[in-house]
Amino acid sequence: MAPILEVQNLQKTFGAVVAAKDINVDVEPGEIVGILGANGAGKTTFVNMVTGYLKPSAGTIKFQGRDITGLAPRKVTMTGIGRSFQVSQVFMTLSVFENLLTALAIAQSPGTSMLRPLRRPELIAECEATLARYGIADQRDQPASQLSQGARKLLDIAMAMVSKPKILLLDEPTSGISVEEKFPLMDRVMEALKAANVTVLFIEHDMEIIERYVSRVLAFYQGEVICDAPPAEALADAKVQEFVIGTEVHRETHGGTVDA
Amino acid sequence: MWRDKTIVGLTIAAVVVVVVSFFLPSWLLNQALFGFARALAVLGLMVLWRTGLVSFGHALYFGGGAYAAALLSRYYEVTDFFVLLLAGMIATTFVGFVLGFIIRRYRDIFFAMLSLAFSMILYGVLVKTEVLGSTDGFAVSSPTFLFYAPEPGDEAKQALFVALVIAGWIAAVLVQMYLNSTLGRLTTAIRDNEIRVEYLGFSAEHAIHVKYVMSAALAGAGGAFMAMSLGQVDPDSMVNWTASGELVFVTILSGPGSVAAPFIGSLLFELLRTYAVEFLPHSWQIIVGATLLIVIFFLPGGVWSLLGRLRRAEG
Amino acid sequence: MQTAITILLDGLVFSSYLFIVSVGLTVIFGVMKILNVTHGSFYAWGAYAAAFLIGVAFDAGWPDWLGFVAIFAAAIAVGLVLGLILERGILRFMYHRDEVLIVLATFGTFLVLEDVILLVFGVDPYFAYQPMMLLGASEIGGVSRDNYSLSLIALALVVALVCWLGLVKTRWGKILRAVIFDREMAESMGINVTMVYIVTFVIGAMLGALGGAYISPTVSVAPGFGIDVIVLSFAVVVIGGMGSIPGAIIGALAVGLSRALAVHEAPQLELFVIYAVMAVVLVFRPEGLFAPAKPRKI
Repeated sequence: MAPILEVQNLQKTFGAVVAAKDINVDVEPGEIVGILGANGAGKTTFVNMVTGYLKPSAGTIKFQGRDITGLAPRKVTMTGIGRSFQVSQVFMTLSVFENLLTALAIAQSPGTSMLRPLRRPELIAECEATLARYGIADQRDQPASQLSQGARKLLDIAMAMVSKPKILLLDEPTSGISVEEKFPLMDRVMEALKAANVTVLFIEHDMEIIERYVSRVLAFYQGEVICDAPPAEALADAKVQEFVIGTEVHRETHGGTVDA
Repeated sequence: MWRDKTIVGLTIAAVVVVVVSFFLPSWLLNQALFGFARALAVLGLMVLWRTGLVSFGHALYFGGGAYAAALLSRYYEVTDFFVLLLAGMIATTFVGFVLGFIIRRYRDIFFAMLSLAFSMILYGVLVKTEVLGSTDGFAVSSPTFLFYAPEPGDEAKQALFVALVIAGWIAAVLVQMYLNSTLGRLTTAIRDNEIRVEYLGFSAEHAIHVKYVMSAALAGAGGAFMAMSLGQVDPDSMVNWTASGELVFVTILSGPGSVAAPFIGSLLFELLRTYAVEFLPHSWQIIVGATLLIVIFFLPGGVWSLLGRLRRAEG
Repeated sequence: MQTAITILLDGLVFSSYLFIVSVGLTVIFGVMKILNVTHGSFYAWGAYAAAFLIGVAFDAGWPDWLGFVAIFAAAIAVGLVLGLILERGILRFMYHRDEVLIVLATFGTFLVLEDVILLVFGVDPYFAYQPMMLLGASEIGGVSRDNYSLSLIALALVVALVCWLGLVKTRWGKILRAVIFDREMAESMGINVTMVYIVTFVIGAMLGALGGAYISPTVSVAPGFGIDVIVLSFAVVVIGGMGSIPGAIIGALAVGLSRALAVHEAPQLELFVIYAVMAVVLVFRPEGLFAPAKPRKI
């Protein structure tokens, strides 16, 4: 099977700062890839380039064989790549329901159908179903600004899924979420994504989450991919241990044995 | 369209206002004329404001529409209302379309400053050009309506007012329908989170361009009406940055709550100004300035939200 | 050759005047992120206060040179009083609100202060020409100009120098630059940002008032005095970069010289040229030609 995402020789420099150096990654359809790295290692820069928020300084990005390097975010979304954000990007003054309804309307109203009313029965039905699928139906009338972190992350991801992407990149989906909520949240998200047959890449700092869901790990350090391997192998790798795990949140937060 | 309560309300109000206007003293009719002419421009500014954008330069279109109509009236001796109105609107829609390509990339203070710069360019040109009247401006002849040529003065004003109410009704209804559509609902979404809108596959800039052109057309229509109502145009009261400031003031005063709000706010502003100038000739700017501050501090939803509170209090 | 010298001189004089008026505006924006429309009021009040005081001094038979003292006294007083009233009375309640809304609030206060001038100083124009007469005239390259206008250039240089020294060489200047770069970070480092805001605003107000006060002997000070200057200052500040003092110099030169050129070669374009440059800069370099740096978003 041809890779769904091919990244070749990707580079990004901001003046004297090298944020990404010679990144080469191929992702097969259906893979679940974890992206590790300390803060500033270049993970979000990578995601920003793949989703069009940043233009690479050099290199190519291909989606299903098609060159999408340098396309604007909205064009990237239309080809079939979606993303969630480290800081959830939702419509703060609208309610959860309105957020999702607006997202659905935008994603599914090409051209002149933009002039049709927002509150259409088909959209409303799909909105209700999506709210239930992501477990945020109870908060449907709350303004997004008043949601808990977890609920807002779920809304962010639900809105990203509205465009029916084939690949979804999640930027730290569990950051800021309490320990007890992390697993239930990720379980729900991964279940919904699996049902939709989506290839997933997510940036994560929590090793237990990585081990639980991921079939492959990309470890970043100073803009380069220093390891590309299944989780067990990656976590045992010497470079990963030195440059990545040393700065990560550990097992001890989940009640395991306390390491040094 | 008729299921929308606001549209029904607007229609009833329009009919009532037209009927009542025949019994109003001429000074009050004048107030209503100026107020509703300005309201057209404020309607457009309200759409932009809901998108999170404030223009400090809409006098470009309001004054521009007025001058377009006035120039036709003076140099080509056109008096027909429909031609003058169309001239105002076509000129401003075209300019708005062209400038829109540039201004749609800007937000917040930059959008405001760029719109100010554009309007001051027109002001600078008008003030220094004899042929265009320079600082004095020039007169606009009384309008005629196809085959109906009313007596200049009260009769013409009455006819103009009926035309203005009809135009206002059409504008308000169209804007209301627009705001209900998906494209219109994007105003709040874009204001709240443009990044998310882009990532949903939609061009926020494109939507803003559309809204900008709409507001230019509305302001141009308002300006044309103003020129015909006032019987004259001049740069300081219609094109200078202070004129833009007035439009923004009325927009804030009216509040973003409803397409009817600009009409109420504009009328209020005209009455306020007339009374203030009459009783406190050297203090009417104090009243305007103080009102602006009060609305900003205590009444962010404008006068419309105040009416809403009163209605809820009794109902 | 004479035309060139005339244009250069007029341009420099006008640029100096614009710089003095606009430097306060840009500093206030740089530190507090507020585009202060009321700056026009500082200017107008400075002019009225100076003209009034000069008139009083003249009527009392005091020596003419006291007029200069009156000018600086007026600027300081106006800046202090109006600046404090405005910042403590209105602006400090608005810092958390939308920046455009703050601009509108300053527009409101500008309107109020415009009419208060009428109530305090009356509607008749003031013409306090004594300081200007005192300095006489000179001839440069065959072009004669009154020395008072030429002294504007000197004043602008002094103001620029003082600002530069203040920002770069003093501890206070370092604190100011920290707040300009990132207010929150400065606060978390223990800087009293409230105090910085108050002092900055008052100094900015004094500078704006100085612009009006110093120019008052050369013009008729009448109602509506501040209206045209505000937009010119906006143009200067936008062109140079909002928050940058070197930018204010560049912006003032750009506006002043192009206006002088237009006035002599193509008078119809006088205002058009200024705002066209403002628009062009906004389109191609919105932060201005000298903008301070900015952090990232997502």
